[in-house]
Amino acid sequence: MADKLHFSLVSPARELFSGEVDHVIAPGSDGEFGVLVNHAPFMTTLKNGVVRVEENGETTMRLFVRGGFADVTPAGLTILAEEAVNLDSVSAESVQKEYDEAHRALLAEGKDGPQVHALEEQVAYLESLKAALTN
Amino acid sequence: MSGLKELKNRIGSVKSTQKITKAKQMVAAAKLRRAQEAAEASKPYATRMANVVANLTASMGEGAGGPKLLAGSGDDKVHLLVVMTAERGLCGGFNANTAKAARLKIEELQAEGKTVKIITVGKKGREVLKAQYADLFIEHVDLSDAKDKFTPYAIGLGQDLTKRFEDGEFDVATLVFSEFKNVLTQTPVAKQLIPAEAPEDAETIDLGGAIYAYEPSEAEILESLLPRYLNTQILSAMLENAAGEQAASMTAMDNATRNAGELIDSLTLQYNRARQAQITKELIEIISGAEAL
Repeated sequence: MADKLHFSLVSPARELFSGEVDHVIAPGSDGEFGVLVNHAPFMTTLKNGVVRVEENGETTMRLFVRGGFADVTPAGLTILAEEAVNLDSVSAESVQKEYDEAHRALLAEGKDGPQVHALEEQVAYLESLKAALTN
Repeated sequence: MSGLKELKNRIGSVKSTQKITKAKQMVAAAKLRRAQEAAEASKPYATRMANVVANLTASMGEGAGGPKLLAGSGDDKVHLLVVMTAERGLCGGFNANTAKAARLKIEELQAEGKTVKIITVGKKGREVLKAQYADLFIEHVDLSDAKDKFTPYAIGLGQDLTKRFEDGEFDVATLVFSEFKNVLTQTPVAKQLIPAEAPEDAETIDLGGAIYAYEPSEAEILESLLPRYLNTQILSAMLENAAGEQAASMTAMDNATRNAGELIDSLTLQYNRARQAQITKELIEIISGAEAL
């Protein structure tokens, strides 16, 4: 068995994953990228999207991240996400509910409320999370 | 000699005090567990973030400039202290210790001829420092509605600090808070926030001569990383502070409950003695009255 890549994904709230994997595909802000073991040192910002973990060519885990950083060092890959969820642990209904709430809050806030920016971001995040769930 | 009635009242009042301190102790113990878990759960992110910052700054090299949050404003005349304490009392010397550390720091800076500004987080520290330094206060962050959700407050404060720094309101920002060592020890510490300092204990990774690739550019990454690093530091300080407050409260209330218990014991002894003395006295009166007949 060849060497494996040490991968860990942490958000401010907790450490979501830490372990040895074959291949990780992450949504870099300049495009999606894959990391295998012994990757050259590399650092990038991330956009909202899905981080896929692959073992033996099959996707074993899908994690949705909301922005953050990926840091590839000889020691492995570390993703620092602002917010992250395991797609297997959330249901489409609960996300839809959150999305509806955020959307309503955004409409209620009007065009120039102080929270508009934060709410728009929240809606965009939930929208892409919803899209990730359906495919 | 105090009357029986008086003693009884005192025992009653100490008993109800003991009930209060005991309840508060149990509440603190329950809250401590949650606060401690939250503080520990946020640690991996904070340490990794620190490592990333350390790596980046190391590869940027000394004096290479970089964003202002890292390089500083090139001056250190105006110091901003962010003093973080609890919202509530009943936690022993917790707030007083942090306030004392803040006061020492303020005196030290003023002795060096620097201008000091203060932002207080949490009501208690503000109350203590108000007497001396009310004119230095520029902002207060009220955490009384935060419950356990500190993230929005940390981000808010972080953004506020960044904005003030960009507006040139201060040159150096230092955070004074209580470091949660363990349940029995919380030490007030001062930590420099701006210009950002990579922690000394951060592990720098040996790249074996390889060169880091950055996407987008190094400067852009730092630009978006540093404000987040600032928020993370504030958040973990808030979480540690919350855990420390509950731990201090638990210890203080444990002591208070024990003291109340001792007081009740000694008062009860006094009460029983007084009661017996009175009974004896009454018996003697009856007997000597009967003998006189």
